[in-house]
Amino acid sequence: MKKAIKHYLLRLADSSLTQSQRLAEWCGHGPFLEEDIALTNVALDLLGHAKLFYEQAAEISEQDVSADDLAFLRDVDQFRNPILTELPRGDFAYTTLKQYFFDQFNVLLYAELMNSQYQPLAEIAEKALKESRYHLTRSRDWCLRLSLSTAEAKQKIQSALDDLYFYTPELFETDDQLKQLLADNVMPDMQALKQQWQQQVDQLLQQCQLQAPTSGWLATGGLRGEHSEYLGYMLADMQFLQRAYPGCEW
Amino acid sequence: MYSQGLQDAKGGQEPEGLLKAFQKRIDNEEKIEPRDWMPEAYRKTLIRQMSQHAHSEIVGQLPEGNWITRAPTLKRKMILLAKVQDEAGHGLYIYSATETLGISRDEMTRQLLSGEAKYSSIFNYPTPSWADMGAIGWLVDGAAIMNQVPLCRASYGPYARSMVRICKEESFHQRQGYDIMTVLARGSRAQKKMAQDALNRFWWPALMMFGPSDKDSTHSAQSMQWKIKRFSNDDLRQKFIDATVPQAEHLGLTIPDKDLKWNEERGHYDFGEIDWQEFIQVIKGNGPCNKQRLAARQKAHDEGEWVRKAAEIYQQNQQDTV
Repeated sequence: MKKAIKHYLLRLADSSLTQSQRLAEWCGHGPFLEEDIALTNVALDLLGHAKLFYEQAAEISEQDVSADDLAFLRDVDQFRNPILTELPRGDFAYTTLKQYFFDQFNVLLYAELMNSQYQPLAEIAEKALKESRYHLTRSRDWCLRLSLSTAEAKQKIQSALDDLYFYTPELFETDDQLKQLLADNVMPDMQALKQQWQQQVDQLLQQCQLQAPTSGWLATGGLRGEHSEYLGYMLADMQFLQRAYPGCEW
Repeated sequence: MYSQGLQDAKGGQEPEGLLKAFQKRIDNEEKIEPRDWMPEAYRKTLIRQMSQHAHSEIVGQLPEGNWITRAPTLKRKMILLAKVQDEAGHGLYIYSATETLGISRDEMTRQLLSGEAKYSSIFNYPTPSWADMGAIGWLVDGAAIMNQVPLCRASYGPYARSMVRICKEESFHQRQGYDIMTVLARGSRAQKKMAQDALNRFWWPALMMFGPSDKDSTHSAQSMQWKIKRFSNDDLRQKFIDATVPQAEHLGLTIPDKDLKWNEERGHYDFGEIDWQEFIQVIKGNGPCNKQRLAARQKAHDEGEWVRKAAEIYQQNQQDTV
């Protein structure tokens, strides 16, 4: 079971880290100052969540590894995040919608994980949930703002929806190890979570008067370490110093 | 961060009585508040200095933002992200304080992007190495603290109050920079070289942050009289050098100045001649990164336009439906 828990902790950690890494690209480049600060705030929170998940994964790891080793010394095929979180930052509409999908997912997930039989996970979820709720309010509000304001903004967020929609089912993907964790009450039933998520999303899309696309490539594979071309570049950037100067303190 | 290049502003035809009463309030260390009468030249001088300061915070996000995605550990990434966010917060704070003088943030942004308003020359230097994150925190924020602590007592209330909070955060920034340098200086040979190289590149530009030498500084007297400025450029520079040299020694790094030596008689370090030609060139727009920094600000501004518009229209729609 330890192996399955570590696998799941990495799924959670990698998701938050890659999402944070993309958001952090906005720092200093936001559409206006208040929003620059807000985007960075969310990036910081997610980085904090990732750190907690990595630390726990390192703690139960059979090898002698640190949280930093897990973040900075694994290659693409060892990352477990869904492809959604590694996609480029895109424009502000793309970032906003991606963030909304992720926030809505996290709020539902962490609320369930608070009841996990695996206590360390329940504790992290409790902390992460508080921040994720705030993130969700923000990204939801921005979806409304962009959808119900100017034609240009509407067109941009609709286009983001067309691009992103079929990356979302992957958030709920499971494998044999995760099924074992469900049986042991470590994690919730992802199919039930998916229904709740879909209901919330459909409601917002309706409010925003946005149309979900009807067909597209259905993303899959992150949990198995099968990723898009984007992740390699993200890791090359993120892991540069640790790779170029191995074994150093920083 | 920090503003520099304060220009002299001449007073217009203002009633002698008001001017005298104003100066008396300043001499009595009273704070001037937004609704109080103030000489036009005082207002203009403050707008120039404070908006330059705010612009410096915003442009100052860029050289360090350059390393956020590449910070070497989770902890360093969090600290750097938080620090650069602090700079944005300082910018917001000072822009707001400047708005109390009757200029809008939009107008200040326009002045920055058009090149009419200046920002600190230090941010026109590149950050090619991770050690630059250490050098900037240690030296650039260190120099900023030297400049800004006296500003906590500046005569204009909103500026002085914003500085109190900002100085607290700058002090944390300085410590994290020195911490990066400490780890590098005690690290591998390559890391130590990285640290020395960053010190070599940032030392002289950091000294230039205090502005021209007193003998060439035309504006200082009036600002001193108005208590916007409390110490001369050269005094602050000397204070910075005296504080920083022992820190470099503690790190085992060498300050790139062959004329640097302790002067027993003066009780200060003597130091070499600053290359003022370089300073003037960078201020004029001919530094290594002037074009890139302004282009990055312009790009963010342009790409954000539709977002700002959407937010504005949405808010209007909401108000209309209430």
